[in-house]
Amino acid sequence: MKKLKCECGHVNPEGTVLCEACGKPIEENQHIDGNDKTKLINMRYDGSARRSLTYNRSIIDKIWSFFSSVKVGVWLIVIALFASALGTIFPQQMYIPAEAVSRDPAIYYEAHFGILGKIYYQLGFYDLYSSWWYMILIALIGISLVICSIDRVVPLHRALKMQKPKRHETFINRQRLYSESTNVSNEEKQQVVKKLEKLRYKVRSDDGHILAEKGRFSRWGPYVNHIGLIIILIASLFRMTPWLYLDDYVWVREGQQVVIPGTDNKYYIKNKEFILEKYDEDDEQFKDALELIESRGGEVHKNYQTNVIIYKNVDADLPGAEPKLEKVLEDKVWMNNPLKFDGYTLYQSGYQQNEFSSMSFKIHKTNDSDQEALETFTIDLTAPETEYEFESGFRVVMDKYYPEYYLDDGEPRSESKYPKNPAFVIFVYPPQTDSPEINFIGIGKNIDATGENKYKLGIVDFETHFASGMTLRQDYTLPFFGLGALIFMIGVVQGMYWQHRRIWIHPKDKSILLAAHTNKNWFGIKKDIEKAISDTAIQMVIDQQEVEGNEKNKEGHNG
Amino acid sequence: MRIEKAREKKKDRKRNRLIFRTIILAVLVAAVVFALITNAKKDSTIYSVGDKAPDFQLQQINKNNDLETIRLSDFKGKGIMLNFWATYCKPCEIEMPYMEELYPQYKDKGIEIIAVSLDATEPVIHQFIDKYDLTFPIPHDSRSQVLDLYKIGPIPSTFFINPEGEIVEKVEGALTLERLEGYFKQILPDE
Repeated sequence: MKKLKCECGHVNPEGTVLCEACGKPIEENQHIDGNDKTKLINMRYDGSARRSLTYNRSIIDKIWSFFSSVKVGVWLIVIALFASALGTIFPQQMYIPAEAVSRDPAIYYEAHFGILGKIYYQLGFYDLYSSWWYMILIALIGISLVICSIDRVVPLHRALKMQKPKRHETFINRQRLYSESTNVSNEEKQQVVKKLEKLRYKVRSDDGHILAEKGRFSRWGPYVNHIGLIIILIASLFRMTPWLYLDDYVWVREGQQVVIPGTDNKYYIKNKEFILEKYDEDDEQFKDALELIESRGGEVHKNYQTNVIIYKNVDADLPGAEPKLEKVLEDKVWMNNPLKFDGYTLYQSGYQQNEFSSMSFKIHKTNDSDQEALETFTIDLTAPETEYEFESGFRVVMDKYYPEYYLDDGEPRSESKYPKNPAFVIFVYPPQTDSPEINFIGIGKNIDATGENKYKLGIVDFETHFASGMTLRQDYTLPFFGLGALIFMIGVVQGMYWQHRRIWIHPKDKSILLAAHTNKNWFGIKKDIEKAISDTAIQMVIDQQEVEGNEKNKEGHNG
Repeated sequence: MRIEKAREKKKDRKRNRLIFRTIILAVLVAAVVFALITNAKKDSTIYSVGDKAPDFQLQQINKNNDLETIRLSDFKGKGIMLNFWATYCKPCEIEMPYMEELYPQYKDKGIEIIAVSLDATEPVIHQFIDKYDLTFPIPHDSRSQVLDLYKIGPIPSTFFINPEGEIVEKVEGALTLERLEGYFKQILPDE
């Protein structure tokens, strides 16, 4: 590797644009940052060598320099955007509707979207976001992020650490803010230094050359920011593992006991009671608000709560077999107060009220206008029995039961297994008969099939129960996301609210050169300079970029 | 002497940089490989073709069948059609008569149909059995344990399991008579 020796005596690594020590542009490397075409010098990374641009020999170095290119990074992001868009053309596999004739993606896509759907399926876009190539694409962006950061933070650190107050004249006069003043006394120089120190600049001097610097740490903002992003990426990797993250949902009806999904048959939950509390409408405090909400058709509840018992199955090896349950705890899950047990968290997240738990019927004579009950019976809808016998000789048989009744082309069917709209075909055997009278009965329906029934059924009473919906979560990755987000924010604040300002004072023969650079907020640094040089013979700096721009504009006009 | 030392130093630095870059790249590649593997594994928590069908035990409630409890592993050596259904599910109702039609003939050839009902209560299942005169075993998954074990989404879902206990085919949605017979032939035990 070739070293470049500057006239100040400093030996720079290959690829250096501005001498690390004195800042003099190194003749043969000016094309790297495009300095050969402009009057001002490009101060990015302070002109230090980015290794990957100059040095690649082994395969590792070649891969490294590929990923260290911002251009490559941007292209990867563009490709990822394009690929993500592809996945939205047709619904993803998981969104194939349940009522589709065939949910097999091989059949569904062609049946619904024709030839395009077939191509979509064959290209594997039906499960795009968890396909290997999409994940690799996202991973490549992550790699590019890491390597780009490392590849820039090292030379930048080097450049900022090595800064010397004494710079080459060309470095000074090719800065954006620059002025030349004559007849400046030493006292005036000292006065400026004092004022800069007052403005909290760190001032260093060497042989009359002065460097005042402030807010250097803001230069690390983007890299701190990247570290935050990398932590978030790692956290999302963790989230893919079943040990660190679990998200499931369970519906439990009052009185019901079910296995908690996602726990490998290990935990069971029993819903003892669901409680729905409303605000007291007569309470002065809530009255107005409640009326307002009601007028808009809304509802506000005071509390949702499920009193639960959690069991652990100590014999979980054979699913389906009668579980051997040990009570873990008995507690309540209520709004904003999840229940925690053995690393799992249960949240109250939904309820359904429209389910019947039992219905009571009476038998009365058809022609009895008072409908006096001869017999009554109750069907428990959570575990219905089919036959009911009475001492009076009546016998009742539940022939058909539709938990959620609807008519499908004239044929009675059930929509689901949940008793939301129960309907029954009930045979009533009057005493000493073998031929039944057939009744069809449900909410708002009471049909006598023949019209000749001597006895009629009536619904006396019913009970409803709540179904409580609970989210089960096990998430050990959240702290990582929090940490990543915090570091990300710190990086943003660091880079946004502080600027790295540098002011050079360079004695040249009898005059004084003043130059300044900041990574942003040029207005701010001009203000600082104004304050520092007030009451001295030092000239205020001119913005050479502005001047240059104006000149170009003029030329344009003239031409 | 000095030049040699400088050269040595340069060599060291070069080597260190190579080691550093190799380590960083290795860590990144390892992370990507880890992500890909866990993602591929995630699908396998839902049992698919080639996996061993997980064992379970349930009460059998079809009165037309003699079995009382069904344990999947008891049927080793037979081809098994493991069907998940419910009475309110229309496509399930479409395929049930086909299953009944083929059952007697394929039972003799060593195939068993196990149709796990996901209904809430028994009477509706009995109603359904009577309507179609079903004779194959119908276990009732009243606590949704097997549903959770096989991660069943929408029904009907059917697994065809070979005599070695491996899942040969997984079908989501209703089957036609021809397709059903085709799958049966795939899981026939050797004579």
